[in-house]
Amino acid sequence: MATAVSHEVLVGGAVGRQPSGRAGFIGTMRSEFTKIRSVRSTYWTLLALVLASVGIGALFSWGQTQRLLRFEQGTTLRGGKVPAGVAEHIANEIRNQAASISLFGLLIGQLIIIVLGALAITSEYSTGMIRTSLTAMPRRGTVFAAKCVVFSLVALVVGLVTSFLAFFTGQAILSSQHVSVTLGQPNVLRTVIGGGLFLAVCGLLSFGIGAMLRHTAGAIAAGIGLMFVLWILSQFLPGPPSGWFGQADIDKWIPFNAGSAIWESQANGLNPFSPWIGFAVFCCYAAAALVAGLVLFRRRDA
Amino acid sequence: MIEAQGLTKRYGETLAVDNLSFAVEPGKITGFLGPNGAGKTTTMRLILGLDRPTSGTVTVDGKQFGQHRWPMREVGALLDAKAVHGGRSAYNHLLCVAQTNNLPKRRIGEVLELVGLSEVAGKRSNGFSLGMGQRLGIAGALLGDPKILMFDEPVNGLDPEGILWIRNLMKALAAEGRTVFVSSHLMSEMENTADHLIVIGRGKLISDCTTAEFIAANSQQSVRVRTPHPDQLTLLATAAGATVRDDAGGALVLLGLNAAQVGDLAFENGIRLHELTPAHASLEQAFMEMTASSVEFHAGLPDEAAAQSAHAGGVA
Repeated sequence: MATAVSHEVLVGGAVGRQPSGRAGFIGTMRSEFTKIRSVRSTYWTLLALVLASVGIGALFSWGQTQRLLRFEQGTTLRGGKVPAGVAEHIANEIRNQAASISLFGLLIGQLIIIVLGALAITSEYSTGMIRTSLTAMPRRGTVFAAKCVVFSLVALVVGLVTSFLAFFTGQAILSSQHVSVTLGQPNVLRTVIGGGLFLAVCGLLSFGIGAMLRHTAGAIAAGIGLMFVLWILSQFLPGPPSGWFGQADIDKWIPFNAGSAIWESQANGLNPFSPWIGFAVFCCYAAAALVAGLVLFRRRDA
Repeated sequence: MIEAQGLTKRYGETLAVDNLSFAVEPGKITGFLGPNGAGKTTTMRLILGLDRPTSGTVTVDGKQFGQHRWPMREVGALLDAKAVHGGRSAYNHLLCVAQTNNLPKRRIGEVLELVGLSEVAGKRSNGFSLGMGQRLGIAGALLGDPKILMFDEPVNGLDPEGILWIRNLMKALAAEGRTVFVSSHLMSEMENTADHLIVIGRGKLISDCTTAEFIAANSQQSVRVRTPHPDQLTLLATAAGATVRDDAGGALVLLGLNAAQVGDLAFENGIRLHELTPAHASLEQAFMEMTASSVEFHAGLPDEAAAQSAHAGGVA
């Protein structure tokens, strides 16, 4: 370690004279990209996201092939005879949902992207880095925007990779029973791209919550509560009451239900929103969280 | 140049900074002194815009810090050596900071070299010692070659070698015409380093003057005398305008006369002296007396506190 300061090298060597312009979005974005790529937790989390989503999708696809196989063999679980034509009916049902079936792992994948989205901002607070960040770049709106854009890009790329990997893996498994689909068939490409979009927006929702709460555990708990627990609760609610206002009218607004319409390959009774309308509703939730996060990020003492 | 005008910050019930007005000038080291909890860190956070003042303003070279085009070329600050992500290497930490202000990558190598961390540039900072963390923080502050440097308690937890290193660094930075604003809760640390002192207690300004002025105003001269005729000398010295008190071990301490005057007085009156020692009351003591009424938390007896600070001063 240097024990004394050598006065000649003191400061200012490579800095050069003050350039024109001002510190802004582009530099801050580069900085945020460096931040996200220079910690190991990013890679572990992304790897977990891909493995969990693809793996669970593959498992679910395999389960569907086994189910179909049993019907084709003509015996039910209790050993009875299966009427003719039922196997074909099941095969069609699976084929119609083939893309979504292969994406089933996104149910767990969303939980992991929620962790990553929350960490993207709460880790600044838990480590104290936020003070360094805002001293280097005191224009908070710029910092927030740069962080948000960099995270969105990472989440979108990884989300799409995950979704396509899960799709191809799942279809390879389903093809063993000839119930797979290809990207060229109706709604399939929308479903697979939708899976990636869904993951990215899940992450952004969590990012917004993280900016509001500033605590990792709290933000993750809130994100999972909003995406997963609400959805589970909606499965337990009693059936539709008679009258003009049914359960489906409430259920469709639940974030997971609205957001997952985009990776539903065939409209079904569970999702009254059409794919893009449901996704737009979901984006509104994320936008609300981000705006609230930004307002607090700018206003509060850091 | 840092200028605060009526700067006030309230956290709920607590008034952390109370109507502070001061100016920190370039080309010298300004010490920012106050007991723990006096509001030093809060003031620095207000300067950087990390906290918003409840009222009043603070500017850096005439503008709010956040309005400068290239903030890192304006101010470099070390508020907290722990304000880094421990999972990131020293190099990557500095890289992500430098990129915000479009600073060249070569600069990172320079500051790492300057603070002596080149060899551990690729290591993650959660394995760093307190001293290394402090050096990394200083490297970050120097990245933008800033006109103004702020260090909050920079020597906390450093070994004597590190303390000397920081002192020399601050002196060199000030000698280059930069503004150096450094906080401490120890007078002993500042008296040899700072050119100017701003003293606060409970968020209020107590004193704002040069270190020389502070020493002149606060260090009373005293003379310690040992004589076989203490009563006679006491009488004469009191008549000459001095205050006399008994010291431990039968010696006398005379305030208000210098050693030569006391020696002459004794000689003229034929009083034998066995000891004649000039002494300064410690600045640490003056500082503590000055801020005593404003200390937020009193820890035990004043004597204990004095003993502690004397110990800390010895280390520094």
